[in-house]
Amino acid sequence: MTVHVIDPAAENLKPPATSVGVVGWMRANLFNGVFNSILTVLTLILLFQTLPPFIKWAFIDAHWLSGDACRGADGACWSVISNNLRFIVFGFYPHPEQWRPLLAMLLLVGLLFYSQNRSRWNKPLAWAWLVGLISMGILLKGGLLGLTAVESTQWGGLPLTLLLSVFGLTAAYPLGVVLALGRQSRMRVVQTLCVIYIELIRGVPLISLLFMSSVVFPLFLPEGVTLNKILRAQVAIILFTAAYIAEVVRGGLQAIPRGQYEAAESMGLNYWQTMRLVILPQALKIVIPPSVSILISAFKDTSLVVIIALFDLLKTTKSVLSDPQWMGFSAEAYIFVAVVYFVCCFFMSNYSRRLEKELDTSL
Amino acid sequence: MTTSEPVTQPISEKPQQDDDPIIEIIAMHKWFGEFHVLKDINLRVTRGERIVICGPSGSGKSTMIRCINRLEEHQRGKIIVDGIELTNDLKNIERIRAEVGMVFQHFNLFPHLTIVDNLTLGPIWVRKTPKKEAEETAMYYLEKVHIAEQAKKYPGQLSGGQQQRVAIARSLCMKPNVMLFDEPTSALDPEMVKEVLDVMISLAEEGMTMLVVTHEMGFAKSVAHRVLFMDYGQILEENVPKAFFENPEHERTQLFLSQILH
Repeated sequence: MTVHVIDPAAENLKPPATSVGVVGWMRANLFNGVFNSILTVLTLILLFQTLPPFIKWAFIDAHWLSGDACRGADGACWSVISNNLRFIVFGFYPHPEQWRPLLAMLLLVGLLFYSQNRSRWNKPLAWAWLVGLISMGILLKGGLLGLTAVESTQWGGLPLTLLLSVFGLTAAYPLGVVLALGRQSRMRVVQTLCVIYIELIRGVPLISLLFMSSVVFPLFLPEGVTLNKILRAQVAIILFTAAYIAEVVRGGLQAIPRGQYEAAESMGLNYWQTMRLVILPQALKIVIPPSVSILISAFKDTSLVVIIALFDLLKTTKSVLSDPQWMGFSAEAYIFVAVVYFVCCFFMSNYSRRLEKELDTSL
Repeated sequence: MTTSEPVTQPISEKPQQDDDPIIEIIAMHKWFGEFHVLKDINLRVTRGERIVICGPSGSGKSTMIRCINRLEEHQRGKIIVDGIELTNDLKNIERIRAEVGMVFQHFNLFPHLTIVDNLTLGPIWVRKTPKKEAEETAMYYLEKVHIAEQAKKYPGQLSGGQQQRVAIARSLCMKPNVMLFDEPTSALDPEMVKEVLDVMISLAEEGMTMLVVTHEMGFAKSVAHRVLFMDYGQILEENVPKAFFENPEHERTQLFLSQILH
């Protein structure tokens, strides 16, 4: 039998030079094997073929402001954006009043950024949100405090997209959670209703829901009663997204071991306390990645409101392209819209990853 | 798992049978679907009494103690806990659950809460104790299970033995009248069993009413007032530990003991 003596003074050696630094990184990630080396080389060739021409088109030869010089030029014509920015962003909102939606959006973005940090989630912040949302509403709608009233039919562009998504997503999430709980309920009636709702909504495309809310639904309203078109679209988006959220949350609920329910119940916590304090915090944490997928796709789906003649960001951009002066510059216009959407979605997914890390207690 | 300690004297004498049992189970039956898991269970537990329940797996012992706080519903017979009969009345069930502490085989700590938050959850939401007071109580019991320095950690950072001690402390924070233990050491590494048993023994010394489902026969010998042997969903034999281990009467008990005590 041999006995190994642990020598606490044994030297900690440095790893061999080829496994660290730039060379080490490249060997480990780019050239670790014949197949991967070939792939790396092929990718480099492809990038070399496509990237420089794109940069030349998008930046070097591009026109940024002048409208007329664009025609016949080689590069991108970003003037289509810069010359129509106000219409693309604000739609038909009256020109002199456009500072109002701008201010509302800045308020929203500011609140979102401030709320990123979970340690700041407290009562005053909740009040700040309430006040913020009300003032955003007043800013958009007007008719109060000396602001001229602006009909919601004139709302459009980015504020409309943000309005539909922010309210849509924040209202859909709790509704989805309630539906998921309902589907798990031991009360047969509640369970059946939730299943019917979820399956009905999921079985129908969002477009048809929007269409129903704008065309079919008003037929059933009593005479003289009209519901705002934006509100109807908003409700359709909420109902639609909630059904998907519900199924994702149900998956999270099912992942929680039976023992967690039993431990909570055996302390005497009632159903709602058990759910709120023990089950949902864990279940919702598990489903952050799929929930964010749904929220991101719902955010992009708000562009479908064009079919009921609402002018969201995508639609205002399209309208610009139908102006003879700017016809043919769709690549530039759509790239711009894509960038705006991407920035928002990237923010969401980035934030969700951070949240996941912060909430991870399983070390 | 067997611990071959000498049969020691019980920590305290068995309390006198009185007219006010803390748990009374009368002719209780339970079925899982068609399967008759518990058949005609009768049990009277006096305040301060400590009962160890043993038996082969599938004999219904866990199911029986889970009926006492309604984690399982019985279909026939009566269960009366501290004067309140278990019925479908939710308020009664919640009241009984608050009085009856339960420790599980797999600890079932809440992984998203720190240790101290695990302990204060019940007192704050069920007992409506002010947060500060609940935290003081939590620290008192953590101290008692020798784990106070871990209060700010999360369950995932603790060993199995530590987690089970936290689970015991969590139950104690509710100031229960009865503690139910459902195989509290079965999921532990052998070297951690003792630290949990020590906590349970000190609890016994304070006169807590305990019902323990366990295979730790050493614990049964030194701590229990009564040992119940269950099989086929019935209580086949019950006796004081000394007689139970030295002269088991039922054939099935003899076989069981010979298999686990060699």
